[in-house]
Amino acid sequence: MLRITESEAMAEKLTAKLTGVRQPRWKLFGRRASDQLASRLLLFLSTLPLILIVVILAALIVRSWPIIEIKPLWDLLTGQVWKPGQGSFGFYPFIIGTVWVTVVAMVLAVPPCLLVAIYLVEYTHTTLKTIMKPLLDILAAIPSVVYGVWGLVAIVPWVHSSLSPFLSHWLGFIPLFHSNNPTGYSIISGSLVLAVMVAPFIIAVTYEVMHTVPDGLRHASLAMGATRWQTVRYAVLPQTVPGIVAGIVLGASRALGETMAVLMVVGNVAKVPTSIFDPAYPLPALIANNYGEMLSIPLYDAALMSAALVLLLMVLVFNIASTLMLRRILRRSA
Amino acid sequence: MIKRRHVEEAFFKCLMILSVVLVVGSLGFILLTVIIKGLPALNLAMVTQSPKGGYYLGKEGGILNAILGSLYLAMGGTFLALIFSLPLALYLQAYSRRAGWADIVRLSLDVLWGIPSIVYGAFGFTLMLALGLRASLLGGIITLGFLELPIMTRAMDEVIRMMPHEMEQAAFAVGATRLETALRVVTRQMLPGLLTAVLLAFGRGIGDAASVLFTAGYTDRIPTSLFRPVASLPLAVFFQLGTPFPEVQKRAYASALILTVIVLVISLGSRWVASRLSRYTIR
Repeated sequence: MLRITESEAMAEKLTAKLTGVRQPRWKLFGRRASDQLASRLLLFLSTLPLILIVVILAALIVRSWPIIEIKPLWDLLTGQVWKPGQGSFGFYPFIIGTVWVTVVAMVLAVPPCLLVAIYLVEYTHTTLKTIMKPLLDILAAIPSVVYGVWGLVAIVPWVHSSLSPFLSHWLGFIPLFHSNNPTGYSIISGSLVLAVMVAPFIIAVTYEVMHTVPDGLRHASLAMGATRWQTVRYAVLPQTVPGIVAGIVLGASRALGETMAVLMVVGNVAKVPTSIFDPAYPLPALIANNYGEMLSIPLYDAALMSAALVLLLMVLVFNIASTLMLRRILRRSA
Repeated sequence: MIKRRHVEEAFFKCLMILSVVLVVGSLGFILLTVIIKGLPALNLAMVTQSPKGGYYLGKEGGILNAILGSLYLAMGGTFLALIFSLPLALYLQAYSRRAGWADIVRLSLDVLWGIPSIVYGAFGFTLMLALGLRASLLGGIITLGFLELPIMTRAMDEVIRMMPHEMEQAAFAVGATRLETALRVVTRQMLPGLLTAVLLAFGRGIGDAASVLFTAGYTDRIPTSLFRPVASLPLAVFFQLGTPFPEVQKRAYASALILTVIVLVISLGSRWVASRLSRYTIR
């Protein structure tokens, strides 16, 4: 009996397909020549992403140069006062505000996200996975403005009427939870919204990282009589800590730059916060709120562009470090 | 006998199920909030009229200008991104023999993907100043194109990676060049996935507010020219919420509902289209 291998069968189908189709129109050159030409063009095209990064950086540096020229960068970064009309541009409250909102969001998001990823990888079979995947996709697809609306009508009033009085009453002796903000527009509101926004991202990365652990390790652990949780705790997690950390940092770099949703609920007061119930004014919100008047005051546009530059540099550092790390981990398994 | 480790097991299992419920519940909570708040204010005039005089004080009108503007912006941006994305993705998988260079390209795409949209907005604004453009549909399209490029390319890259090697080798075996294989075998076989990637980028583009804030401006008119400012749905939500009138704020909720529905339809629709189209691929 004659056995046709898989690729031979494929070749047959393809021959039928290729010969049945009309000749290509781009037959200006010979087939070999057009292949070579395409190769050159594509190599040229593939430099585009790298060039784009450099151009974005360069454009922001050029635009923010007028202010960096007269004020030392260090003074800008540590300056406390933001009064564009009088020519004082201090980024310190904004940078600290960005860090606060992001850190609190990650603290809120990471534990549940890890548990969801562990549950999906280690505990469930296909049914829940096939349900969760589209749900997480939808969560990731919801526009940030819609998150902002949700935060505005659901989270801010809740923080104002329940969470803030409750925590402030019972834990108010800790400065972190002390509230003297009469509204719900606060770091915690921004962080809650942000936590939900980055959740699908962190779950996806953690899920992939945990998949790189070979099943043999799990089987060995289970064969020794360990429970599933012990297997996760002592066999799987130690293998994946670097990957999970990289995933969290990557998630944080996404959270750093989130603009609209945070801007709508975080209060936008340019003061260094001391409690999670204080309002804050993150860098992206600063840029988005003031673009309208920036061309009317001298140096204002340069100041805002350097704010964008500072934000970009923060994101780039976190992003590149964690992406490189994740790459190595994910490739090791592949 | 109940051992400590079994208690621990049960405890953490409960926590995990709680976390799953929490995440799914947040999604439900968000959708429910938008529906409950948005539905009462939704009417036909919202989607068929542009703002009339005094609209932002609570008078007649709708947000057709923003719906159309958003669609134009996202379609233009997606088209612009597609021109570069598809060749790039094909190059990454089919052409580049030197894996090192492909890795660098992928890394720079990932870095681009991570750049916040407000930075794209600031960059787009700088670019437009340099080109002498004012806030316009064209400016918004260019900025969205930059924003969508890495998303689309990386998604396509992941899709094309799933291409069966036997099929490519079969194409080479019958004498096809790399270009012919890429254009006439890979793109056809992977069409459902590629389409999903395009729609993913489209969905990101239509929901993004921070990048078009600088570059597309806002107007109450229906967009007619590439060089005029154009309204967009996310900004319509944002600006209407910013007014002190409850009437107008209700319309912001309705606008948010419309935006959510569009995004959900794209997200679910792309799955449906992909599964329909996958009938025409070779298996």
